Amino acid sequence: MESLGIFIRSIFIDNMIFAYFLGMCSFLAVSKNVKTSFGLGIAVTFVLLITVPVNYLLDKFVLSAGALAWLSPAFENVSLDFLSFILFIAIIAAIVQILEMVIEKFSPSLYSSLGIFLPLIAVNCAILGACLFMQEKHFPNIGQAVSYGLGSGIGWLLAITGMAAIREKIRYSHVPKSLQGTGIAFIITGLMGIAFMSFLGISF
Amino acid sequence: MKDSYIFRYIIILVVIVSVLLSGAALLLQPYQQDNINNEKKMMILKAAGIQNVNSEDFDNYCEKMIVIDPQGNITDEATSDYTKCKAFKINLKDELYNKANGKEFSLPMFIINDNGRQVNVVPLQGAGLWGPIWGYLGLSADYQTVVGAVFDHKSETPGLGAEITTEKFQRQFPGKVIFHDGQFVSINVQKGGIAVLPEDMQRHSVDAISGGTITSHGVNDMIKNVLESYIPYINK
Amino acid sequence: MGKNLELITKPLRQANPVTVLILGICSSLAVTAKLKPAIVMALSVTVVTALSNLVISLMRKGIPSKIRIIVQLIVVATLVILVDQFLKAFVYDVSKSLSVFVGLIITNCIIMGRLEAFAMAQKPWPSFLDGIGNGLGYGMILVIVAFFRELFGSGTLFGLRVIPEGLYNFGYMNNGLMILPPMALIIIGIIIWCQKPAEEKK
Repeated sequence: MESLGIFIRSIFIDNMIFAYFLGMCSFLAVSKNVKTSFGLGIAVTFVLLITVPVNYLLDKFVLSAGALAWLSPAFENVSLDFLSFILFIAIIAAIVQILEMVIEKFSPSLYSSLGIFLPLIAVNCAILGACLFMQEKHFPNIGQAVSYGLGSGIGWLLAITGMAAIREKIRYSHVPKSLQGTGIAFIITGLMGIAFMSFLGISF
Repeated sequence: MKDSYIFRYIIILVVIVSVLLSGAALLLQPYQQDNINNEKKMMILKAAGIQNVNSEDFDNYCEKMIVIDPQGNITDEATSDYTKCKAFKINLKDELYNKANGKEFSLPMFIINDNGRQVNVVPLQGAGLWGPIWGYLGLSADYQTVVGAVFDHKSETPGLGAEITTEKFQRQFPGKVIFHDGQFVSINVQKGGIAVLPEDMQRHSVDAISGGTITSHGVNDMIKNVLESYIPYINK
Repeated sequence: MGKNLELITKPLRQANPVTVLILGICSSLAVTAKLKPAIVMALSVTVVTALSNLVISLMRKGIPSKIRIIVQLIVVATLVILVDQFLKAFVYDVSKSLSVFVGLIITNCIIMGRLEAFAMAQKPWPSFLDGIGNGLGYGMILVIVAFFRELFGSGTLFGLRVIPEGLYNFGYMNNGLMILPPMALIIIGIIIWCQKPAEEKK
């Protein structure tokens, strides 16, 4: 039940874009038409679904204070916490690379639609952000980490697709000249963020 | 470019980086740990109603630290070297998670002595709107009355939920009573203000934060959830 | 010297990484509700951008091109960890309010962008200046946003009350919306709105 709560919460309330502004760069660069946005969103969700649990295991069994105790009781007091940034980003980059190779090998059609986004994802703040939030939240078991990763991804997907749909339509509106392009995109994102805040009252 | 060069390059780079990082971590860790410990000490003292002191004075005020189990027995006791004792190191979040899953857990209590006035400080831990909230609650020697309370949070909304860290909110707590006719009633964080409550309930309640409803609920549940685990010990 | 100076001043306006190039907004807007964390964040980003530009520029001839992105990531991540450790050791209360956002400097597109576009091809000293310029250009936006959000949202600057008490007695209220995350985006939108005509006039 707890996992479901985390899942819904990470989609609507702790939304990566509207609450933390993570992954904004690709969000603004790509969200010009719905189809590409959806593709990128799926790719991000997929990567989050894998990297968050992997980094969870890494954190739990290697990095956090006393985590190495399973190797030998002598490591009881060792904390490798300070290495977490560098290892998380390395894991993300490696997983993205492996994923790219696997997809290319087994599903060329999926590769042709997702492939171009994968390299972009390694430096997408939303991925590292979700991993760092996961570490900070100290989930007690891996199930919750999985649902957090999946939820964050779907939240991001929702945000970017919705944004792209609005931007497709805004071409027909009279936006003040100096606000056109990125200016209005920021303001729309802000307004969507305010709309998403209405989910705040949900609790499980 | 040959592959062997790439391997050599990356291995040398990794060695340099790891030496650099481990060195920095070893060098700075004592400062970081001091910061964390000092903050905890200051919060405990503040919950005991002792203000305007340095964290170095903590040892003069602290009488002992104990660890209790859910049945109310003392399992560990320390009267010196506080930062190294079990009670100080307990991660309350893990213990409460064990409690929620019906497993064994242990709880710390910090006994402060301010010129003969004994205060029993208990740590609090719960969830706000965006993330964890925590704090300390000082109880009088007979465990009936609150002496002081201090709260902190990870990421509540500034100006709304984050107001739990302000004096205005925290100074409502001293003098409140957690028992009613011998029954444990906790402290009720009342939405809309305590003025709407009957007279005899007002001494068990404080005003919630307007606009910070979910955080206020969080504070309410946190106090109840943690204090009720101490009841077996208090009743002994 | 004039050229070097330009390396610093250009990213402040015509080539501002945030408002013009739309880079690196991700990681740090969540820290702009108050001025103090915003300034610490701005300084941290400037330090990391400048130093990583310098280091990569010094290493640029030896980096095997196949693994250059990974090498860049390692250098940036190392610098960010050092900054994080220093913040935790010496300005603990600020580091608490920045929480995970210090770590997110790693994926700040400005840094990777400058490494690829500038430091890989230029000498160390200009790269260092370019890093400082871009860091400051980014920090400037953070500070402007934080200034407005703290002033109107809490009525304070650096935690000190600025809006006089008397105004509240007349019925003035802090704008609660300002402290909520979405307002940061709307303020940036307005900054872009103001900046564009000013740039075009030149």
